[in-house]
Amino acid sequence: MTEQPRLAEQNAAVALPEPFIRWFGEKGWSPRAHQIELLAKAQAGQSVLLIAPTGAGKTLAGFLPSLTELANRPKRKPGQARRGIHTLYISPLKALAVDIERNLGKPVEEIGLPVTIETRTGDTPAHKRQRQKLVPPDILLTTPEQLALLIAAGDAKRFFEDLRYVVLDELHSLVTSKRGHLLALGLARLRSFVPGLQTIGLSATVAEPDELRRWLVSQNPPKGSTGHDMAELIVVTGGAKPEISILDSEERVPWAGHSARYATPEIYREIKRHKTTLLFVNTRSQAELLFQELWRVNEDTLPIALHHGSLDVAQRRRVEKAMGENALRAIVATSTLDLGIDWGDVDLVVHVGAPKGASRLAQRIGRANHRMDEPSKAILIPANRFEVLECRAALDANYLGAQDTPPLIDGGLDVLAQHVLGCACGAPFRADDLFEEVRTAAPYVSLDRPTFDRVIDFVATGGYALKNYERYARIRLNKDGFWRVSNPRVAQQYRLNVGTIIEVPALNVRYIKAGGKGAASRGGRVLGKIEEAFLETLTHGDTFMFAGKVLRFEGIRENECFVSNAPGSDAKVPYYGGGKFPLSTYLAEQVRIMLDDSQRWKKLPEQVADWLRFQADKSVLPKRDDLLIETFPRGNRHYLVAYPFEGRLAHQTLGMLLTRRLDRAGARPLGFVATDYALAIWSLGDMGAMFKARKPSLGALFDQDMLGDDLEAWLADSWLLKRTFRNCALISGLIEKRHPGQEKSGRQVTVSTDLIYDVLRSHEPDHILLQATRADAATGLLDVSRLADMLSRIQGRIVHKALEQISPLAVPIMLEIGKMPVHGEADETLLMDAATLVEEAMGPGMSVE
Amino acid sequence: MKFSLARISLIAEADLVGIAGERAVCDPRGVLYFPDLRLLAVSDLHLEKGSSLARRGTLIPPYDTGATLLRLQAVISDYQPSIVISLGDSFHDGGGAQRMHASFRERLEALISGRQWFWVTGNHDPEAPADLPGETVRELAIGSLLFRHEPSKQRVEGEIAGHLHPCARIVQQGRSVRRRCFAGDGGRMIMPAFGAYTGSLNVLDRAYAGLFRLDTLMAYMLGAQRIFAISGSMLRPG
Repeated sequence: MTEQPRLAEQNAAVALPEPFIRWFGEKGWSPRAHQIELLAKAQAGQSVLLIAPTGAGKTLAGFLPSLTELANRPKRKPGQARRGIHTLYISPLKALAVDIERNLGKPVEEIGLPVTIETRTGDTPAHKRQRQKLVPPDILLTTPEQLALLIAAGDAKRFFEDLRYVVLDELHSLVTSKRGHLLALGLARLRSFVPGLQTIGLSATVAEPDELRRWLVSQNPPKGSTGHDMAELIVVTGGAKPEISILDSEERVPWAGHSARYATPEIYREIKRHKTTLLFVNTRSQAELLFQELWRVNEDTLPIALHHGSLDVAQRRRVEKAMGENALRAIVATSTLDLGIDWGDVDLVVHVGAPKGASRLAQRIGRANHRMDEPSKAILIPANRFEVLECRAALDANYLGAQDTPPLIDGGLDVLAQHVLGCACGAPFRADDLFEEVRTAAPYVSLDRPTFDRVIDFVATGGYALKNYERYARIRLNKDGFWRVSNPRVAQQYRLNVGTIIEVPALNVRYIKAGGKGAASRGGRVLGKIEEAFLETLTHGDTFMFAGKVLRFEGIRENECFVSNAPGSDAKVPYYGGGKFPLSTYLAEQVRIMLDDSQRWKKLPEQVADWLRFQADKSVLPKRDDLLIETFPRGNRHYLVAYPFEGRLAHQTLGMLLTRRLDRAGARPLGFVATDYALAIWSLGDMGAMFKARKPSLGALFDQDMLGDDLEAWLADSWLLKRTFRNCALISGLIEKRHPGQEKSGRQVTVSTDLIYDVLRSHEPDHILLQATRADAATGLLDVSRLADMLSRIQGRIVHKALEQISPLAVPIMLEIGKMPVHGEADETLLMDAATLVEEAMGPGMSVE
Repeated sequence: MKFSLARISLIAEADLVGIAGERAVCDPRGVLYFPDLRLLAVSDLHLEKGSSLARRGTLIPPYDTGATLLRLQAVISDYQPSIVISLGDSFHDGGGAQRMHASFRERLEALISGRQWFWVTGNHDPEAPADLPGETVRELAIGSLLFRHEPSKQRVEGEIAGHLHPCARIVQQGRSVRRRCFAGDGGRMIMPAFGAYTGSLNVLDRAYAGLFRLDTLMAYMLGAQRIFAISGSMLRPG
């Protein structure tokens, strides 16, 4: 499983056809050991997982088995039937498929192979798709959604009958989402069409390679087959060690915030020193802010561009093209550029803000310098003091090669429902057969039969206890034991709604035409899309940053938000949606270890080390496995600050639950804020005194039993669950994303799923979709499992420090108060405030006669 | 049906809203009650909306009719009105009354019996509901009030209508709150939709243009326990 050059040389002679050897020779290259090893294993009939850093020739390795086999294939004789698809390549990004078509086309042409390669994505025109059905290419490059569509077609079995290989690129990123669940089910279907099918997974380094190895092959092979339950593993280690440094700023590192504005001049200096700099940030608003700041100091008007997923597609393509042509000196990007697209000669990666995970950092740094043997160069820019600690921990972890990719989770039932309907759209199925097939997919290996049957029932009639919809069934069980689609319209609707990507309701951001007023002034250029939830908080005249500009909000009309250029460059409304990625468990632990070990503070910038020493002086620093709780009065409030370091989502859940408990204990809590590192709750009652009197004790307050009834009670009405339910309802096909001839607006969908949720919860709380929703929420937005681990870790290890005033460590989170939305059951309070205003203005009573 | 004095005495003078000289309670559950007339108005029940969508392949939970009737039962038992007006779109489509599950039909008949019940026709249900007691009317005048489904284009003093499913939105402390609401300007009142699956439309939408005197427009937003009266100038579109 490691590199064995000598063996590889021997293999080369056996496995690699002559034209390939000649081609390598002409290029002055020799095939890499892992490329040959992969080829040998594939030729021996095995599925393979290749884990390699970027720049290791992964793509060519993945396609070698296909290309050599196609090279040796006898020519089709006239009159002989057309051959179907030989290799299916699946990537998470459309852009990646297009990129591969280009990169693979070159060697194929140079070697002179008679191989056709085509892409099929959402952008492929209908006539080309039609033609692909009649005259399939040898290699089809596509996405998980397109695979689902191909499987749901009536001719699927015939279309795939010649399939030999499925190559799955960026597998590490595919498997962690519901897209991965759908893809795993699609793969299971393909395996039942073509029993000897082999898979080749290409992945960046992950924490648990065995999970991916199982994912690639059948977990329930038919009796008598020789299939293994894990794919073969090839790991390419090495590559030059990256040169990573943390910016040791001459400026003051701020206590809180996420802008890293203080470091702009220093970042600009680095951009000037390098050819092309890639600047990564965690959120779109950070990207907007950094872009603005860089242009503010861009005296040399260097070509600096902005790239994130909300920008208009045309704009993004222009940036990508410019980058490929090396016409840019710097590009500010969010995760849209995370995956393995190979563009231009990036010689520096700057990571602004904390990386949140060691693996994520490693993958992002891999973007720089796509040649494996040369070190990548990266600079981390912490935006605040806690991020300095986090960057240090991530940096140490990267050198140690630590991995903290998230563990895989069980497949979603909503995804399964979508797949079941897709299968029925393709061909009638028997429940027994489909159940066996589904369980060959790793995410569904522990699915039980009763649950599967409930999913079928859900697909057929909604799966309700009240049997009212039999006559409207979407699929029906016929006398022959096969489930069939009840009418063609069902298949049509399915095709419009396939996939698991749910977009947040968003509006087009469009310029108002200059000088105009009223309806005539609408219809300027579209800048991109922005979430409805953010726009709702704006008033006419507010200014905000988007698409690298400061814009003035003019109003909303139907699905469009109208804006104009704002004079000046200060946006009134900051927009920080919070980090999308919570701090990984591994990094959190590393940060705690560092806090506990004053020897390691020497590696930290002096001002940060001083901050920790002050903390030791005024309060204490939490021990590695302890939970530090500080209480102190401030103004006319009492504060509790806890430092669990478990990530924002888990802290948010903890905050909700603790506030409920403190309320019952009579502390009269008013609100809380959560960050990745800490949680602050404020109240009218003196919590410090209450804990001292053990009324309640901190042990009781933080008891694990909060995850029982309290969680259940809070969850029932929580927007978090409603939002999760909406996703499940859309993915499972309960509600349609798209309807023939019309696109529902986000608003209409949101309203109706909330209402459906309320009705279903009160009438059938055990419905399978609510079950799926709760399971999703527990792993997703609530991070319950992480909270549970933490509560059990800290039992008997809570350290309470009752202080007279705020501690140095508490400053960052205290600064967040007022900047972040305050959580709690505040809606009614807000209404009350507004109504009170009216009463004050108009006198008591509502009479308006 | 006995008149429940205890209930009525719970209505504080301050909670009453004036409409063309009549006094009404805007109940946070979304119904309008006129104590002097012992009249309860409810609008846009949209019964059998679930099965209506199911016919077209969207199999949303079939519990909406049950849920809506349970809530209606609760307000009727609280106020014990002698007159009930269902202000149109009582059923989501013309076939709704026939599709209704037998148990729901019985529950509805029990609510109707013993009081005067009016079905005002709406755009979703232009005909009388099949085989249900009660009187079907296009509009209904009682005292100075006029009950109809769609609000008239011209100003009609004392008009109580539904149809538009009003909601209102305010922004406080950077946060947005949207609720169903009664919308009134002292002369006319548009009621919120009562049905479990009914969506809503902001009172500042174009559809309401010209219906209210803007200087006296109030949105009575539905809270969990009470109504929040918000003046028109504080409302936000969207």
